[in-house]
Amino acid sequence: MLSRIAESLFWIGRYVERADDTARILDVHTQRLVEDPWIDERRACHVLLALMGTPCALEEADTERVLSTLAFDRVAPSSIVGALSAARENARGAREVLSAEIWESLNVTHNALPQQRTMARRYGPHSLFRFVRERSAMVFGLADATMSRDESWLFLILGRSLERVDMTSRMLSTRVMAGDAAPSWTLVLRSTGAYEPYLRTYRGAVNSSRAAEFLLLDRLFPRSVFASLEQAEGCLAELERANVRVGTRVGVAGEAHRIVGRARTMLEFMGTDEVLAQLPARLDELQRTCSLASEAVTRRFFTEEAPQVWVPEGVA
Amino acid sequence: MADLFDGYPLGGTWDEMFSAPSQPRGPYAGLFASLQPMAGEELAARADVLSQTYRDAGVTFAHAGEEQPFPLDIVPRVIGADEWSLIEEGVAQRVHALEAFLADVYGAGLCFSDRIVPRSVITTSAHFHRAAHGLVPPNGVRVHVSGIDLVRDEAGDFRVLEDNLRSPSGVSYVITNRAAMSQVLPELFSDHRIQPVSEYPARLLAALKAAAPSAVADPTVVVLTPGVYNSAYFEHALLARQMGVELVEGRDLVCSGGQVSMRTTDGQQRVDVIYRRIDDDFLDPVHFRSDSVIGCAGVVNAARAGRVTIANAVGNGVADDKLIYTWVPDLIRYYLGEEPVLDNADTYRLDTPDTTEWVLASLDQLVLKPVDGSGGKGIVIGPRADERTLEELAVKVRAAPRDWIAQKPIGLSTSPTLINGRIAPRHVDLRPFAVNDGDKVWVLPGGLTRVALPEGELVVNSSQGGGSKDTWVISRPRPTSEPEQAPDLTRIEFTTADLPADPPAQDPGPANDNAIAQGQQQQQAGPGAATMAIVASVIDAAACLSARQDGHCGGGEVPC
Repeated sequence: MLSRIAESLFWIGRYVERADDTARILDVHTQRLVEDPWIDERRACHVLLALMGTPCALEEADTERVLSTLAFDRVAPSSIVGALSAARENARGAREVLSAEIWESLNVTHNALPQQRTMARRYGPHSLFRFVRERSAMVFGLADATMSRDESWLFLILGRSLERVDMTSRMLSTRVMAGDAAPSWTLVLRSTGAYEPYLRTYRGAVNSSRAAEFLLLDRLFPRSVFASLEQAEGCLAELERANVRVGTRVGVAGEAHRIVGRARTMLEFMGTDEVLAQLPARLDELQRTCSLASEAVTRRFFTEEAPQVWVPEGVA
Repeated sequence: MADLFDGYPLGGTWDEMFSAPSQPRGPYAGLFASLQPMAGEELAARADVLSQTYRDAGVTFAHAGEEQPFPLDIVPRVIGADEWSLIEEGVAQRVHALEAFLADVYGAGLCFSDRIVPRSVITTSAHFHRAAHGLVPPNGVRVHVSGIDLVRDEAGDFRVLEDNLRSPSGVSYVITNRAAMSQVLPELFSDHRIQPVSEYPARLLAALKAAAPSAVADPTVVVLTPGVYNSAYFEHALLARQMGVELVEGRDLVCSGGQVSMRTTDGQQRVDVIYRRIDDDFLDPVHFRSDSVIGCAGVVNAARAGRVTIANAVGNGVADDKLIYTWVPDLIRYYLGEEPVLDNADTYRLDTPDTTEWVLASLDQLVLKPVDGSGGKGIVIGPRADERTLEELAVKVRAAPRDWIAQKPIGLSTSPTLINGRIAPRHVDLRPFAVNDGDKVWVLPGGLTRVALPEGELVVNSSQGGGSKDTWVISRPRPTSEPEQAPDLTRIEFTTADLPADPPAQDPGPANDNAIAQGQQQQQAGPGAATMAIVASVIDAAACLSARQDGHCGGGEVPC
């Protein structure tokens, strides 16, 4: 398949997942501001913005700032609206490989954004977050139901898995690094959608090491770091198999595969206590793994070249 | 009670639907009967659904850099079987003649030595490319796809307004219009026998494959688009998707050693046929505009080396020049030895001082068109232009008579169109699309009817605020004795008799016996949950269970 198209699919996967995760995180964050009587709004917002990679000064951090940066910014791909627009823009360039239904659902989502923004401004942002969660579920649901499991599917899911690793580890960082402004583990679990599965698994009160373990290492919960890494690795292995004609006998062929595999085995074969003892360092490592893997995928599969300009020879 | 077509004015021009007030023409009888009892509001409501469908599906046309839903009018245009066979014949004849002409222009040049067309007309054309001289396409086809614009004059005869042999757009709207209309007005379709348009992508793909370099067994076809910001990007994507081929941009292609390839995740892959929707000027920076970043350098040389086929061929613009248009009837007689089936509009060349003077004197009664313009740009309709426009025009025409042709204004036919909840006449044209696979010129039944939405407006281009109509070609009743066809061995056919008499029922799933449990559970419920259970029991048993669970959990918050 065309490199340009593969890249678009990879990024559609990342953007839609990013919008979904950001919506979940912000939803919990705004609810917490309303419900928690002792919260220091400024600090909580400051921490959240820093962790999402858009830091600002402590004095300026407030809910308005959080929403305008992470939800409504139309340009930056780290905001919900920006990510969905970017996904739709990518889909526009890849319309002939996406099924018409997926394109339509991204397009309808994009068209509804202005109205959703207005509603969110007027009645509070919850409706927007809900809308985004539903629409991204729809996009991936349609992909699941209508796409062949060929390269296009693999790139889409690869993007989604890598983004999940990144977002879940960022969410874990909020708890670990923020000290007294930190959200409770319950909130961390809720903002990754893991609260109910956690309760069903451990049947009881939320306990910090178990919660961290659940989000990092659970094999069965699809948003855990481990499960997402495993999925990304699976996609990469398939892609290499489809693309590498001469089998390699030593190790794995692809750089991206190696990076993701290393992170996965680190989590898999290190004792839980060991991982938790150095949690901040591990989380930082995981976020770096994601960007390294993304770069490696880009180099391997998408090698983007600047448009060629043909310069005629000067006539003497 | 007032029906839909009450007060529909008939002017001096031919109306597509009515021969006299409330007297529908033959092909329209069924449509008239179905629409007449409908209230204007209902039709308008359906039209809203129609445009929402288009907005959701992203069926858009980029106008001045903005994506807009392509306006589709809800009243279809109908063409009878006999009229259609005339159009079909005329379009095919024209395409054959223009193919022969192009082969001649870029080859032997017999029509010049036989003094049919002056050679100077060709060499002064902006679309004549020396780079294409002697470049013979593998199956001899240069005009793989064409769109011949037709209008109907006051007497009801179709006339050719222009030929489009480069990359005529609009065929995607023919396909999507039909799909959208059949969703919104399904009852109309059941009453009519309408020739389908969905074959087009398959026909196009077959023609493109037939045009591949001869040594290639299973050719790889791609659609080359300028990119997502092009006004017709939607069409490029739709065609690529429906043909199941890659949609590439210039930067996806690389040309080395006389071979064109595309960059894929699996390295470079050979390309055999490029259906390009990029103008000649931008196609190849080696031969044409060197600042083009949307083309692919070297592609024309690869075509000359016979390693890739470019469709439509480079240099076709010379034959759809509006000046050459005036010679097309002569070309039909010269190459095919036939009389033209479809007439041109009455057109004057400004090639002698006398004609030029006469045209300049009667600018206010003529339509002046720039010969290399497209999309309705630069056209001046004399009877409607103001003094200043005419004065400016006179200066331009006097400076370069070669750049202009003059036509007698044609009162374009009108068709009933839904405007603000009422039916009103609006001017329409017709662009049938023809696909040439080397053996046969196939004309897509119907084509694109464009409608000028402002009242009285004559320019129908979508870039000038035009809309479109679904165009129906009524098919003839099946002949009683079908010609014996060779049995198609790949086709498996069954009749209803082959169906099993008693197909298995769907698996029902476990029995839902919550009904008794529900009553008992309600009796067991504590005082707090009772109200909730009563409310929920109205809904159903399953909802009741979940409501009760929520009740027990309290707020769902467990502090850490």
